[in-house]
Amino acid sequence: MSETPKFKVTIDNISIEVPAGTTILNAARSIGGEVAPPAMCYYSKLQDSGGKCRTCLVEVSKGSEKDPRPMPKLVASCRTTVMDGMEVKNITSEKVIDARKGVVEFLLINHPLDCPVCDQAGECDLQDLSYDHGTEGTRYEFKRRTFEKEDIGPYISLHMNRCIMCFRCVFAADQLTEKREHGILDRGDHAQISTYLSKALDNDFIGNVIDVCPVGALTDRTFRFKNRVWFTKPMDAHRNCSNPKCCGSVRLWMRGDEVYRVTARKDEWNEVENTPDGKPGWICNECRFEKKETKDWVIEGPTQVRRSSVISQGHYEGTKPTPVLIDTVMGRKPQYTIDIHSVSDVNRPEVELSKIDGPAHSDDFKPTQSDGGLKKWTDKLGKG
Amino acid sequence: MGVKLLLEHDKVEGIRYYDTYRKNGGYRAAEKALKMSPADIVEEVKKSGLRGRGGAGFPTGLKWSFLAKPEGVPRHLVCNADESEPGTFKDRYLMEFHPHLFIEGLLISSFALGSNTTYVYIRGEYAWIPDILEQAIDEAKNNGWLGKNIQGTGFDCEIYVHRGAGAYICGEETALIESLEGKRGNPRMKPPFPAIQGVWMRPTVVNNVETLAAVVPIINLGGDEYAKIGVGKSTGTKLMSACGNINKPGVYEIDMTISVEEFIYSDEYCGGIRNGKKLKACIPGGSSVPILPANLLLKTAKGETRLMNYESMSDGGFVSGSMIGSGGFEVLDEDQCIVKHTMTLARFYNHESCGQCSPCREGTGWMYKILKNLEYGKGKMSDIDLLWDIQRKIEGNTICPLGDAAAWPVAAAIRHFRDEFEWHVLNPDESQKRNYGLAHYADPIHVAASA
Repeated sequence: MSETPKFKVTIDNISIEVPAGTTILNAARSIGGEVAPPAMCYYSKLQDSGGKCRTCLVEVSKGSEKDPRPMPKLVASCRTTVMDGMEVKNITSEKVIDARKGVVEFLLINHPLDCPVCDQAGECDLQDLSYDHGTEGTRYEFKRRTFEKEDIGPYISLHMNRCIMCFRCVFAADQLTEKREHGILDRGDHAQISTYLSKALDNDFIGNVIDVCPVGALTDRTFRFKNRVWFTKPMDAHRNCSNPKCCGSVRLWMRGDEVYRVTARKDEWNEVENTPDGKPGWICNECRFEKKETKDWVIEGPTQVRRSSVISQGHYEGTKPTPVLIDTVMGRKPQYTIDIHSVSDVNRPEVELSKIDGPAHSDDFKPTQSDGGLKKWTDKLGKG
Repeated sequence: MGVKLLLEHDKVEGIRYYDTYRKNGGYRAAEKALKMSPADIVEEVKKSGLRGRGGAGFPTGLKWSFLAKPEGVPRHLVCNADESEPGTFKDRYLMEFHPHLFIEGLLISSFALGSNTTYVYIRGEYAWIPDILEQAIDEAKNNGWLGKNIQGTGFDCEIYVHRGAGAYICGEETALIESLEGKRGNPRMKPPFPAIQGVWMRPTVVNNVETLAAVVPIINLGGDEYAKIGVGKSTGTKLMSACGNINKPGVYEIDMTISVEEFIYSDEYCGGIRNGKKLKACIPGGSSVPILPANLLLKTAKGETRLMNYESMSDGGFVSGSMIGSGGFEVLDEDQCIVKHTMTLARFYNHESCGQCSPCREGTGWMYKILKNLEYGKGKMSDIDLLWDIQRKIEGNTICPLGDAAAWPVAAAIRHFRDEFEWHVLNPDESQKRNYGLAHYADPIHVAASA
């Protein structure tokens, strides 16, 4: 293997060495924690993705060792490669925080904010982003943009109102399936994901668009309104799938002995994990939509959720975000994850789902008399 | 009379056709250029100091020298004729009335850059111009100026006219390239720049119509002579398309040494404000550059006379200056409403946003809605600050310059005409019946004594 030169890059005062050609975002991800800028449209497993959502903007305060001039504008870290000696400011830059706040506001002004009825809630990138970088309340006083509902088949449900135009599903269909059947119609603020003639998306691997969608625009129709994600326990499982392109390693979202949903295995950045042979672990429609019984699967054990999101709130070992050295980021306190228990009564804070060997049942999720949870709830309801 | 280079033969009957054009000295520059080496032509263009006439004003010679020349990979020259900026119509004039001048410029530039296949990407709304161009291309071909082995030099060049489907965004060079390839006209991320990987991933130069036409006088005169016309880094002549409340709207060639005042009031150019009204404001370079009130337009913040060139027009940055941009000179008289005008522009940018990146897609629509409220007497005082904040969050944070282009007019209108916006909020009923008028926008500005 030819020798790739290593570049030294400093992000939020933390220096690392990465191979030349690495993007700033991926360099930051290798540091981890909140040094990694949020990404709504970039997806490392999809070629050409990124650059569109503008949430990963960072400030380059020093271009490189050779040319130390700072870059005049904020740059999209997902599409800008590092140079030797580059210095980048992410959460240590007021400009970045301000711009990111603006982008989140732009993404939310036309979003329906229907999280209470959205199946993506609890594992939604936009939800996390809004908690981290959004503001309370909105300055938008106009009617939100809406689209006509379109039926795209029995497996996938499309909610165009929730879409943030990340283009990920378009890239996924281009790169994973034989023929892309959906795309972007129109332009500007009325651009939409559509099949044009309302046809059903039909391809063995089209289900993966659900996994790449950062919001609730594309959700699993077989899981629709069945359960909230935080009331299901994820288990790693595999089966011998006959489709040669399918990796067969999946995540089952279970409650009791019931399999509610099947997804690909995702990593801490909410991207599909690589299989041991280094390929992205996309799964076929049969595994995803048709195998909803425990007997179909060889269950390996509880998933170690590493993602910082609502679904990970204290229920899984090792889910706390990588502690960021506060002194290196100029005393800025981490705010990467919210503590869901401080704003909501869902789940029991003391239960670690990953410590329960088998499936988790209702009792494991609902507050009980013993911890005063139910009383707290009924008190609240009485007052409300 | 200023120097006329591009429109020298403007009044000659039938200059549109090959024979007349040739009789009036046409294709003389091409004859000369085909005997030179491509590198020498690039050198002449560099010496001429020619700056891109499409809006950004980037030095053309420098842009040409960036073109990558890998072995065995074809290179392309693409002419950006997607002139969609409201207020700009100079390229249309050139293509419609001087097609052979344009084709001669294309030929010389193609030869200099080594492009054997050159494309003209023309906006779909110019529905009749491709026919004119294709007729002229046929004439040039029949006379041995295009096709195989041009004038026995062994150089081959074909020019294709590609019709766009009518999108402002396709005037952005990478979106234009995408559209030319037959894809959705979304701007690409840079780098890679088109000079390295442009159309079909081949090295590409994208230039404006006027820029390429200006190569003809540069070769005729020589780069050094051309650079003597004009002032400072604003060399040569520039076409201005003047419109609005003036007596003589039209396309004028200026040599960039005249003052703005002369351009507006002299009979050679705009011929003064229509109906004896007073000048209130002006957008000097196409709808996306900052609007200036009359006092800042005629004099800079330092009290100097403002001239019609790149440097003088941008004197004072965006705080008290503007840009010459693409040369779309829009004049507003005392009866015009700045709020309504800004709303119209915001509607345009909202309509033309490609929808690829979030700040522009969502922000342009938001700005338009707020401006609509302000215009129709439903605005609030806080809306003005909100508008300012929105434009600030769009500017510089988007993939392509359309975000900036949408943000600048709003920013400049609030910066210079804030009291007119406030008047709209405070007098919602009155603002529906009459305009704010000239107010103090033409008053002499106080110049701070230099220390």
